[in-house]
Amino acid sequence: MTNQIPVFLLVAATSAAAQDFARDIEPVLHRKCYGCHGAALQMNGLRLDDKAAALKGGYSGVAIQPGSAEKSSLIARVASAKDGFRMPPAGPKLTEAEVAALRAWIDKGAEWPEAAAAAKKAPAWKKLPWSFEAVKVPAIPAAGEGWARNPIDRFIAAKLAAENVKPSPAAAKLTLLRRVSLDLTGLPPAPAEIEAFLADSSPAAYEHLVDRLLQSPHYGERWARQWLDLARYADSDGYEKDLPRLYAWRWRQWVIEALNADMSFDRFTALQLAGDLLPNAGPEEHVATGFHRNTLRNREGGVKLEQTFFEETVDRVNTVSTVWMGLTTGCAQCHDHKYDPISQKDYYSLYAFFDNIDQVYVDAPMPGEMEPYRAKRAEYVAKRQALLDEYGIPALMRPWEEKVRWAAKNVGKEPDWDLTYDVIFQMSDGGHKFIWIDEAKRTYRQQEILVDYFIDWYNLVVPKETIDKLKPKELKKKLRALKESYPQLSQAAVITDLAEPQQSYLRVRGDYARLGIEVQPAGLGVLKPVKENGRATRLDLARWLTSPDHPLTARVAVNRMWQEFFGRGLVRTSEDFGRQGEAPTHPELLDWLASDFMTNGWKIKRMHKAIVMSATYCQQSNARPELADRDPENAWLARQNRLRLPAEAIRDSALRAAGLLSESIGGKSVYPPQPAGVMELTYQWETDRWEESAGTDKYRRGLYTFFQRTAPYPQMMNFDAPDSNVAASRRRRSNTPLQALNLLNDPVFHEAAEALTGRVLKEGGADTQARIDRAFVLAFARHPDERERQILTGTLARHRAVLGKEGKLTENAAWLGVTRALLNADEFVTRE
Amino acid sequence: MNEREYLGLQNRRRFLREAAGGLGMAALGDLLTADKLTAASADSMTPRQPHFPGKAKHVIYMFMEGGPSQYELFDEKPVLRQWHGKPLPESMTKEMKLAFIKPTAAVMASQFKFARHGKSGMALSELLPRLGTCADDLTLVRSMQTDAFNHHPGQLLLFTGSIQFGRPSMGSWVTYGLGSESQNLPGFVVLTSGRGTSGGASNFGSGFMPSHFQGTVFRNSGDPILYLSNPPGVSRDFQHETLESVNALNAHRYETTGDAEIASRISSYELAFRMQMAAPDLLDFSKEPAAIREMYGVDSEDKDLKQYASNCLLARRLVERGVRFVLMMDASWDHHGRLNKELPKRCKKIDQPTAALIKDLKQRGLLDETLLVWGGEFGRTPMVEMRRPNDVESAGRDHHPNAFSMWMAGGGFKGGYTHGKTDDLCLNVAEDPVHVHDLQATILKQLGFEHARLTYRHTGRDFRLTDVHGKFISKLVG
Repeated sequence: MTNQIPVFLLVAATSAAAQDFARDIEPVLHRKCYGCHGAALQMNGLRLDDKAAALKGGYSGVAIQPGSAEKSSLIARVASAKDGFRMPPAGPKLTEAEVAALRAWIDKGAEWPEAAAAAKKAPAWKKLPWSFEAVKVPAIPAAGEGWARNPIDRFIAAKLAAENVKPSPAAAKLTLLRRVSLDLTGLPPAPAEIEAFLADSSPAAYEHLVDRLLQSPHYGERWARQWLDLARYADSDGYEKDLPRLYAWRWRQWVIEALNADMSFDRFTALQLAGDLLPNAGPEEHVATGFHRNTLRNREGGVKLEQTFFEETVDRVNTVSTVWMGLTTGCAQCHDHKYDPISQKDYYSLYAFFDNIDQVYVDAPMPGEMEPYRAKRAEYVAKRQALLDEYGIPALMRPWEEKVRWAAKNVGKEPDWDLTYDVIFQMSDGGHKFIWIDEAKRTYRQQEILVDYFIDWYNLVVPKETIDKLKPKELKKKLRALKESYPQLSQAAVITDLAEPQQSYLRVRGDYARLGIEVQPAGLGVLKPVKENGRATRLDLARWLTSPDHPLTARVAVNRMWQEFFGRGLVRTSEDFGRQGEAPTHPELLDWLASDFMTNGWKIKRMHKAIVMSATYCQQSNARPELADRDPENAWLARQNRLRLPAEAIRDSALRAAGLLSESIGGKSVYPPQPAGVMELTYQWETDRWEESAGTDKYRRGLYTFFQRTAPYPQMMNFDAPDSNVAASRRRRSNTPLQALNLLNDPVFHEAAEALTGRVLKEGGADTQARIDRAFVLAFARHPDERERQILTGTLARHRAVLGKEGKLTENAAWLGVTRALLNADEFVTRE
Repeated sequence: MNEREYLGLQNRRRFLREAAGGLGMAALGDLLTADKLTAASADSMTPRQPHFPGKAKHVIYMFMEGGPSQYELFDEKPVLRQWHGKPLPESMTKEMKLAFIKPTAAVMASQFKFARHGKSGMALSELLPRLGTCADDLTLVRSMQTDAFNHHPGQLLLFTGSIQFGRPSMGSWVTYGLGSESQNLPGFVVLTSGRGTSGGASNFGSGFMPSHFQGTVFRNSGDPILYLSNPPGVSRDFQHETLESVNALNAHRYETTGDAEIASRISSYELAFRMQMAAPDLLDFSKEPAAIREMYGVDSEDKDLKQYASNCLLARRLVERGVRFVLMMDASWDHHGRLNKELPKRCKKIDQPTAALIKDLKQRGLLDETLLVWGGEFGRTPMVEMRRPNDVESAGRDHHPNAFSMWMAGGGFKGGYTHGKTDDLCLNVAEDPVHVHDLQATILKQLGFEHARLTYRHTGRDFRLTDVHGKFISKLVG
C-alpha cells in the first residue's frame, strides 16, 4: 500500500498525525474517492482531495464531522450495506480495515496536515468555451470589393478569398422573390406579386420587396413558428391525459403581435421571463409570461404535487438555458456539468428563479370582448347560480369540502376521500389551494374551479345511485351551453410570483425528494452576477441575459436567425454553444452580428433585413461540384442552400396555390380535416374528439392547427415538426416515403390539387401551353423552361390516355394529373 | 455514426446510389453509368451488420400497457392468503412507491389457480391456458424492476431508457442499428389494440434521431398506413403516370441544381408507390390456410379477440417480409378496479392469438430469429385498491415498480426457463433482479449489439438506449 503514496506526501509528512493521514487515510481516499470527488470532478459538490473543500462538505451538507464518525455522512456512506447508497457506487467497496481507519481518524478529530495538498488539476470546464468570451467588435474585412453589399458579405468574402473560391452568381429574380417571400412570411408569392416584382426594374426593387414583406402581417406568423418551437408550444398538456389547453393560443397571439410590431429582443425577453414584474404591467405583459406555461403537465393518477412542480421547474430551467444561452444545462440537474462551466449549484440557482412561481389564469380580453362581456356578466352569473341551486350543488358541496379538508389531514383513514383530495391537484388548476380558502374570500374563478371539480368528481365518494339522482353530466352540459351562450373573456395561462418567497434547495443527484444545500436565485458562477445585493428576481435574470456584456444571448439569437436564412447556423449546433457543440464557421461574423444587434437596440426586423439584403443571401443555390469535396456542407457559403420547406409552409403553399388559403391572422387553434382514427392513439380519445373546423377555418395556416401532444396532426409530424415536448432549436429536413404518401393522397392536398386545377383551367385560358405556364407560376412562382413544357405536355397526354382507357376522360381529370405532379415535385416543397 | 455523418450523405454519391433503385429513370441512366460509385453501407435504411452476429433479426414486442398483474398471471404467492384483508407492517411497505393507495391498504390474495406446464414445469396461471402449452419456449422473468411508478414515465423508461422526453425509442434504436430488410414496408411498425396508451407517440418516436427511424403506425380502421390509398377517382395507372411525371420533373431539376436531396425524394416516391402496391397483399389474410386462421382466431365473433388475433397474424406477416421491429401495443392492463372480472377478459382476448403466434413462428422456423417480448411497464401491488370500500367487485391493485414479471420467447432466449425470484409477497426481488435497462441490454445483445457501444451523438454526447445503465443478463439466453 505504501508504494502508492505520492512522494510529495511522504516528504511533507512530519508529525505523527500527518503520518497517520499519509499512511492510512489519503491512500484510501485516493483509491476509492478521488475519481468522482477529486480535482477534476466533484460529484454532488464534494471534493475530498483538498482539506478546506473536504471539511466544507458537498451539496448534501457536511461529510466529515471532525470528532464524530457517527455524525459524518462519509462514514455512513462507505460503511452502508445498501446498494445504491454505499460509496463508491461501483467497484470494490472499502474493506472493514479501511472503514475502521477512517472512523478512528475522524473520531480523533480528522487531523489533516496543511501540507497534504494534492495536485491541483483544474476541471475541464475551467477552461471556458469560446462562447463565454465577451463579444468583440471585429474590424470589417476589406474583401469582396465589387460584390459585397453590406458588412456581412465582407466577412463571407474574406473566407472565400482565403480559400480562393468565388461566390456564386445572384439568383434569378423570381427565385429570389420566392425565396425571400417564404423566408420572411412563410408563404410563396401570389401571381400579382410576381407581376409587380417583374415589372419593377428599379435598382431598389428588391429592397422595396423586402420592406413590404417585413411589414406584412404574415411576417409575425412565420417567425412566431420558430419561437413556438423553442417554447415547446402545444395545445394540450402532454403525458397520459393530455387534456386540451383551450387558451394556449392566447400566448401565441401575443408572440405574433410582438414580432409584427418589431418588439426589440431585449423587451421580448423581459416580458416573457418576467412581464408580471414590470411596473404597471397590463394584460399583455402578463400574457407574455405564458411562455412558461407551455411546460407539460402530468395529470396521471398518483403523481405527486412536489414531484410535478419540480419536474416542471426543471423543464423551465432547461428551456430558458437552451433558448437564451444555447446551453444544455440539463446535465447539471444531477451533477456539475462535465464540459461546460455550469455547476450543479449554478443549475439550482437558476432553478430558484422559477421555484417561487404560481401558475394562474388571467382575463386576457381580445379587442371587442370587454363591452359585451360587461353588459351581460351579471345576468350570466345569476343564471349559472340558479342552475347550480336547481341541482342542489351548494348544499352538497359544503359538507363535501369539509370532509375533503378532513381527509387531507387524516391520510389513510378513508381511501376514497384520500383519492378525492389527490385528484383535486391533478385534475383542477389550483383547486388544492383554493379549498383551504374560506368560501366567502375566494374569487369567483377560484370558486368556479372548485364547483366544476366537485361536479366532475363527487362520484368518487358517493354511491352510484346518488350520482344517478344528481345527474352531474346533464348539469355539466347545461353549464357549458350557458357559458357558450354568453360573451366570455379570453383567458391566458400566466405565471406570477408567490406572495412569500420560499427557500430553494439544490436536489442531490437531481432527485426532487433529496434536499441539498440552500440556494439563492443567481446566474452562472463564471459570468458577472445577476444582482450584486439582495434577492434577484426573474426581471433581473432577463436584464442579465440581455445586458451588453452577457456573452451568449445575442450570439445565440443572431445565430438562430442566420440558421433560418441559410439552413444552418454559423454555429451549426444552434442549441449548444458549449464545448460539445460545434465552433462557429465564421466567428468574426457571428460577433459582428451579435454586437450590431445589441448596439442597435436588439431590433429583429433590422437584422433580418441586413441578412436578406446581403449578396451572400441572394446567391444561387445550385450545387458547386468543384467544391463538393472541399466544402461538402457549404459552410463557406459560396452559394445559397436549397432547403425543404417546414411542414407548415408546405401546407400553406399548397393552399395558397389552390387559392384556398384563409389569410386571417391569429385567434384560436383550428381543426383541419385529419384521418379518422388519429385521435385513437390518445388516452382520452373517446372524450376529446377532433371536431373538424367549418368554413374557412378548414384552410387556415398550419401554425394554427391544434397541436395534440400525444397525437399530433400527421402532416406536421411527417414533415419534421417538433413533438413540442422539449425546446427545439432547429428542425430536421427528412425525406421519407410517408411524406410522399402524404402529398399524394392526403385529402387536404388532393383538394388543393383539384382547386389548383380549377384555377389553371379558368385563369390559363384555352391554350395548353398557356395553362402549363399558369400552373407553373401558381405552383413554383416561375415560368417553365422548354424541357419542363415538354414533360408536362407529355404528362397531360399520358393522363388523358389513361383516363380514356378507363372511360373517365374529362378536361379537369386530365389536368389534375398535371397539378398533382407539380404539387408533388421536389421544387414545390423546396425553397431554392 | 452521428448526425454530421448523416448530413454528409447529402452529396452526389448518395444521389446516384439512391436513384439506382428507381423505376423508369431513363433520364438518370447516363449519369449513373458515368459514375463508378457504388452503394455504400452508410445509407440510413439499408441492412447493416451489427457488432457481432446476432441470434435475432426481428423483434415483436407485445406491450401490455398499464401493467398486468403478476400475482394473477405469473408469480404465484400462496402466502398472500395469510395476509388477505390485513394491512402489512410499516417496515415492509416503507420502500414502496404507491400511486393511488396508501401503504396501510389491506392485502388481497389472488383468486386464480396456477398449474405446471411443459417439460420444464413452468408455473403459469389458469388465465393463460394456451400460453401454458408454449411454456417450453418461454423465458419467464419474475424479477423485473423499474424506477417509475406512473404510466407515462414508466413507458418512457421502458422504451427510451430515460424518463426524460426526447430520446429515441427501442424500435428506433434497433432500426438505426440494423437498418431494414424490407424493400417496400417501413422498418419499424406499430400495431395497436384497445384504447390509446398513456405513453402515446413517445413509445415509438425517434427522438433526436432522423424521423425515418420512428415507428409507422398501422391503423385499425381506414388505411393501415396513413394516406396509403389513392384519393377517390385516382386509379393505379393514373397514380403511376403522376409518379412518372414527378420523377421526370425531379430528374430535370437535379440536372439544373445538382442537389442530391432530389435523389432522396425520387427514391422516397418510389418506396411510397411500392408500399401502396405491397400493402394489399400484406393485409390479405384470405390466402392463409383455414387452420392458421382458426389457430389465431382472426375470424372470431369476439371483436376484441379478432382484433388482437389480426395483429398477431399481421406481425408474423410483417416479420416474414423483412420488417425489423413490430411494436404491438394493447391497452389497457391497468387494473385498479374490477381486477377479477376485467383481467380474465383481457387474458381471454390475447391468450389464443399469442400462443398461435409463437407456434406459427416456430413451425416456420422463424422463432429462432424472431425475439418476442411480452409485458407491461410495471407490475401491481399485493395490496388491494378499493375505491368503493363496500363494493368487493371494485377491488383492484395499484402500480408496483419494484418487482414484476415479463416473458420472452425465441431470438436465442432459453426455452422453459424461469428466471429470478421475488419474496413471499412479491414486494421485492429476492434473486437475480432484471432492471428494464438490463432487459434493453439483453435484447440488443441478441440482435448483435453491445449496448454500451450502440450510440448516437446528440448535443455533444453519445446517447444509448440504456442511458448510463444496463447489463446483459447472460442467464436469460441459451
